[in-house]
Amino acid sequence: MRFVDEFRDADKAHALAAKIAALCEPGRKYKLMEVCGGHTHTIYKHGLEDYLPESVQLVHGPGCPVCVIPMGRVDDAIHLASQPDVIMTSFGDMMRVPGGNGSFFDANAEGTNIRMVYSPLDSLKIARQNPDKRVVFMAIGFETTAPSTAMTMIRAAKEGLTNFSVFANHVTIIPAIKAILDSPDLRLDGFIGPGHVSTVIGCRPYEFIAREYGKPVVVAGFEPLDILQSIYMLMVQLSQGRSEVENQYSRVVPWDGNPVALKVIGETMELRPYFEWRGLGFISHSALKVREKYAAMDAELLFQVPGVRVADPKACQCGEVLKGVLKPWECKVFGTACTPETPIGTCMVSPEGACAAYYNYGRMNRNRVAEAQVTNA
Amino acid sequence: MCLGIPGEVIELHPDQPDLAKVDVSGVRRMINIGLLSDDPPVPGDWVLIHVGFALSKIDEHEAAAAMSFLEGIGQAYEDEIAALKESLID
Repeated sequence: MRFVDEFRDADKAHALAAKIAALCEPGRKYKLMEVCGGHTHTIYKHGLEDYLPESVQLVHGPGCPVCVIPMGRVDDAIHLASQPDVIMTSFGDMMRVPGGNGSFFDANAEGTNIRMVYSPLDSLKIARQNPDKRVVFMAIGFETTAPSTAMTMIRAAKEGLTNFSVFANHVTIIPAIKAILDSPDLRLDGFIGPGHVSTVIGCRPYEFIAREYGKPVVVAGFEPLDILQSIYMLMVQLSQGRSEVENQYSRVVPWDGNPVALKVIGETMELRPYFEWRGLGFISHSALKVREKYAAMDAELLFQVPGVRVADPKACQCGEVLKGVLKPWECKVFGTACTPETPIGTCMVSPEGACAAYYNYGRMNRNRVAEAQVTNA
Repeated sequence: MCLGIPGEVIELHPDQPDLAKVDVSGVRRMINIGLLSDDPPVPGDWVLIHVGFALSKIDEHEAAAAMSFLEGIGQAYEDEIAALKESLID
């Protein structure tokens, strides 16, 4: 009995799966990390792991921007929002992320004015409409959203707006991948590279993974067949002893990315010396802050940011899940104390989080666990 | 947020070259196309939109594939469309 949703090209998927199986060397295990939360979603939605041979294991990576924000940063944001005349804005995904003292929704119940916006440009509009308020945009996300923040800052500067600022929490994917590669916890054989981040940064930044670490990288699209095709491309490289960067998603991702986007990011923001990531700890040069030229728009200079550090709740194992060391269902509180309705950790909050994807679509996996338990009983 | 939403460019605004009206699943809103200034889209082109900004041009087949992926996501996609409806970029 099949519990996962079959997709329209299931025949092609089975054909690809057979080609992947044929490339497996007997006795060898393959661990491939999909970096992007969108890919994790496709994998569970379509039960792609069930197409793969037992020896090919998919490991979920840290590519969920909400998931990697540490709890202390949420508390810092709430502190900013509590200052006189402040309207804080952020993306909807952030509203339910628990900090040490609750989420943005909880803070609003206590009197802060934190609004969700679709775009940083909506935040700019709020600033225009409320000249007597100080409007702070809490900017989060990888390189997919950083250009939008940058364009908005440039626009605000052109308009001469003085009541708009950015609380920058943009992170960059490459240092996180490097941290995982340097982590002793996990040995990976290759990477399914993120699709939309790569539309901005292109494929070249991954070359060090192939060159210095000897691991193949294939930038992949989001359809189930894209992911299986990418796994096949990784397996071909591994079987031939090659490690190169290949682009399976070339119909969307240019090899050199989006030069305009990279230029505006560089114009408005620069790398921080270090930034704390949930689960991965402090990683050097892994996040962006506002450039001095735009200091008048840097919320971290305009306000006192306490720099709160809060340890994750003991029960929460998001850190291990983000590093790919634990599968979501191996976390002690998964699906019991921690659900999308009452999340303890960020991986359950964001739809791009591995735990939320597992919770929504991981039926097959849970059945597998149940089967294993029956077999072992 | 990391997931691009496909939209079809409906009209351009000569007085505001960074803006374009797009159609996303029947919802028409303004977005910013400044990040595509190297190769600006024209009406009829499809773009992938991230938080109000077109980040890449795509073809119609890719747009359909991206849409089917997003619809499969369910609630998160509905939330994104609801947020887009609230958006009043100008």
